[in-house]
Amino acid sequence: MDNDKSKRRNFIRTGLALGLATVAGAANELLGDPKEKSGKNTVKLLSPDGEIVEVDSSELKLETHDHAGTMARNVTGREGIEGRKFVMVIDLGRCRNARKCVTACQKMHHIPENKEWLQVKLMKDNDNAAPYWFPKTCFHCDNPPCVKVCPVDATFKRSDGLVLIDNERCIGCKFCMAGCPYSTRVFNWGEPEVIEPTSCPPYSPETSTPSKHSTVEKCDFCPDMVREGKLPDCVTACPNGVFFFGDENEDTVTNGSETVRFSALLKEKSGYRYMEELGTKPRVYYLPPSSRMFPVERGFKNLTPELKARFKDVQ
Amino acid sequence: MNIEKTSKSLLKEFWPQLSNWTMRELLWLGFWGILFLFGMYALYVQVTEGHIVTGMRDHVIWGVYIVNFIFFIGIGYTGAILGGFLHLFDAEWRKPLMRMAALMTVISVIIGPLYILLCIGRLDRLYFLFIHPRLQSPIVWDVVAVMTFLVGGVLFLYLLAIRDFAILARTEETMPAWRRKLYQFFSAGFINTRMQRRDLKLALNVLSFILIPTVIIVSSVLSWIFGMTLRPGWHSTIFGPYFVLAAIYTGTGVMVLIMYAFRKLHKLEAYIQERHFVYLGYILIALGAGYGYFTFSEYLTDWYTSEKWNAEVIHKLMDLNQYGWMFYFANFAGILVPIILIGIPKFRSINTITFSAALLVLAMWFKRYLIIVPTLESPLLPMQDIRPEYVHYSATWVEWALTGAGIAMFMILFKLASKFIPIVPVWETAEQIEKEKKPVVNNNPQPVVSSPS
Repeated sequence: MDNDKSKRRNFIRTGLALGLATVAGAANELLGDPKEKSGKNTVKLLSPDGEIVEVDSSELKLETHDHAGTMARNVTGREGIEGRKFVMVIDLGRCRNARKCVTACQKMHHIPENKEWLQVKLMKDNDNAAPYWFPKTCFHCDNPPCVKVCPVDATFKRSDGLVLIDNERCIGCKFCMAGCPYSTRVFNWGEPEVIEPTSCPPYSPETSTPSKHSTVEKCDFCPDMVREGKLPDCVTACPNGVFFFGDENEDTVTNGSETVRFSALLKEKSGYRYMEELGTKPRVYYLPPSSRMFPVERGFKNLTPELKARFKDVQ
Repeated sequence: MNIEKTSKSLLKEFWPQLSNWTMRELLWLGFWGILFLFGMYALYVQVTEGHIVTGMRDHVIWGVYIVNFIFFIGIGYTGAILGGFLHLFDAEWRKPLMRMAALMTVISVIIGPLYILLCIGRLDRLYFLFIHPRLQSPIVWDVVAVMTFLVGGVLFLYLLAIRDFAILARTEETMPAWRRKLYQFFSAGFINTRMQRRDLKLALNVLSFILIPTVIIVSSVLSWIFGMTLRPGWHSTIFGPYFVLAAIYTGTGVMVLIMYAFRKLHKLEAYIQERHFVYLGYILIALGAGYGYFTFSEYLTDWYTSEKWNAEVIHKLMDLNQYGWMFYFANFAGILVPIILIGIPKFRSINTITFSAALLVLAMWFKRYLIIVPTLESPLLPMQDIRPEYVHYSATWVEWALTGAGIAMFMILFKLASKFIPIVPVWETAEQIEKEKKPVVNNNPQPVVSSPS
């Protein structure tokens, strides 16, 4: 139990530190060579209990994207990480469609540009409503309609809340795609393109890469990173701290720079789940797009004409 | 005794059909054979290049393959339920039709599931369905249902054919020794003893009793592949019975077409008579009315409440620039025209009944298309995709070629079957002829109702 707690604490700590580093834009300086700076450099961080703690910068590790942890532990990927209940909160008021989450996700999973496990949609709830940017990951539902319909147990729900796919089991019937009401899943219709295949880790349901032909894929919340106490790539890549990732058991979520009580965040900012009425019980919560950091038009800046064309029906 | 004599003379009449191939038949076989081979080439392309060669993409994940699956399997279910009911009700007129009904069942239930295989990306892992099955999945229900039904259908066909196999094994007609041996084998020692007749009748009664509810169950299971998802137009409690009626309606239509074809091609006017068309026509009216009522009820509730996504699908269906024409054809021409043409005595004839059947079969194929594609093109979240093939489904040549191959397979298998065993059952038809020779005795006199005054 104690061991568990300290693991959790470490996870949050590193997550925090990492986020700080990213936001400060000084990742290299801070993380360059831990040994050299050992003992000289401490960083003040907010602990999950709300206390300020000082952490030696040597504890901060550079994000390596090597998926090594998963491989070293030789996990099958079907068992969840013990004691965890992962949860995500997406603050719609902060999103400006920078699309860094999308590209980071693609890089992390070696998938090509035209395949988006994470999408940013432009939503307009009714004619008079103000449009807003809507990043959409897999919701890792607690009552997952995709898992229900899988005929061969290729997609499954883990004890830590994640819904993953075993691409070595998937028969490609696409029933889960029909089942998912959020159109989260994508299929490899042809031979999948694997970007930088040489640096691709061996396949596991936790790495979800390299892609396998004629099977279904989706956002996996990067469990291989999480196992190492790191945050999913979309979380760290976001320049505006839109994504908060954490553990419901600990009641703590972090976007890298801010760590907050999960329950308090939902309470203060009226967090909700998308399409609650479907009864799927998503593990992803949204904070409404009130008190926005950016006007919605900012999202059209720097978009290619192809990307702009996606949203022509909404404007 | 008379029955044996009559069946002998019947077989003599049918024998040339069974033993010789006419030029026309060979051409027919060649035509469908080429179509089938073209489909096999398309299959090769799909297997080697992946599903990218089809029109299916991430939103419309299923297309004409699943449409064909529902279509064929529905036809298959019909043969059994129609045959089963007619057998249990002991409708004498059914007898010349039973072989066609049973063959229709088995052939369609072989072809239908092949289409679901075409929807599966990793056929190399198909056996996972048996080593890692999850009973929660409607696909597993369907695998069990179809396999159970196939066994029942084959048994039905076989039990109905045993007596003909026995006759064929003992006939004086000349045939190669292997062929006689085959008949001998299939006749399973049937020599028409009283005990065998009793057992066979009992077996057929029991099988009919089992097959009728089985058809209802398996047909519903098929609908639940769609009904169990959170999709507008699919997630409907009416889907089970709706699919049952739709299947039997389509299948009865196909039955009429098969009767018409064999009547013409094999010159069976004496056995497949106008009354057969008329009786099946009556069944079509009843089914069409029931099916039409379900259709109306289904669309009315969706349209009236206008829940966001249902309204979107309904709009797509009724919009003449989208699926409107298909919608009106499938739901009006496919239901009202047959009811009018068959229902009004003045119009009723073999030709109009066959025309109605052809119309409704086509309409029902489009109906299945309308169930599948517009719903998949209406995801709950906006697509916001500019790749046209992802937004709109349109079937590619591969899918059409394989659709053609399925029809070709149906034609070829039916033709081959009709060369092996008479398409009109010899024994049962002889039985019917003998029975109908006798003066009709009214066993059910009308009860005298004394009207209170």
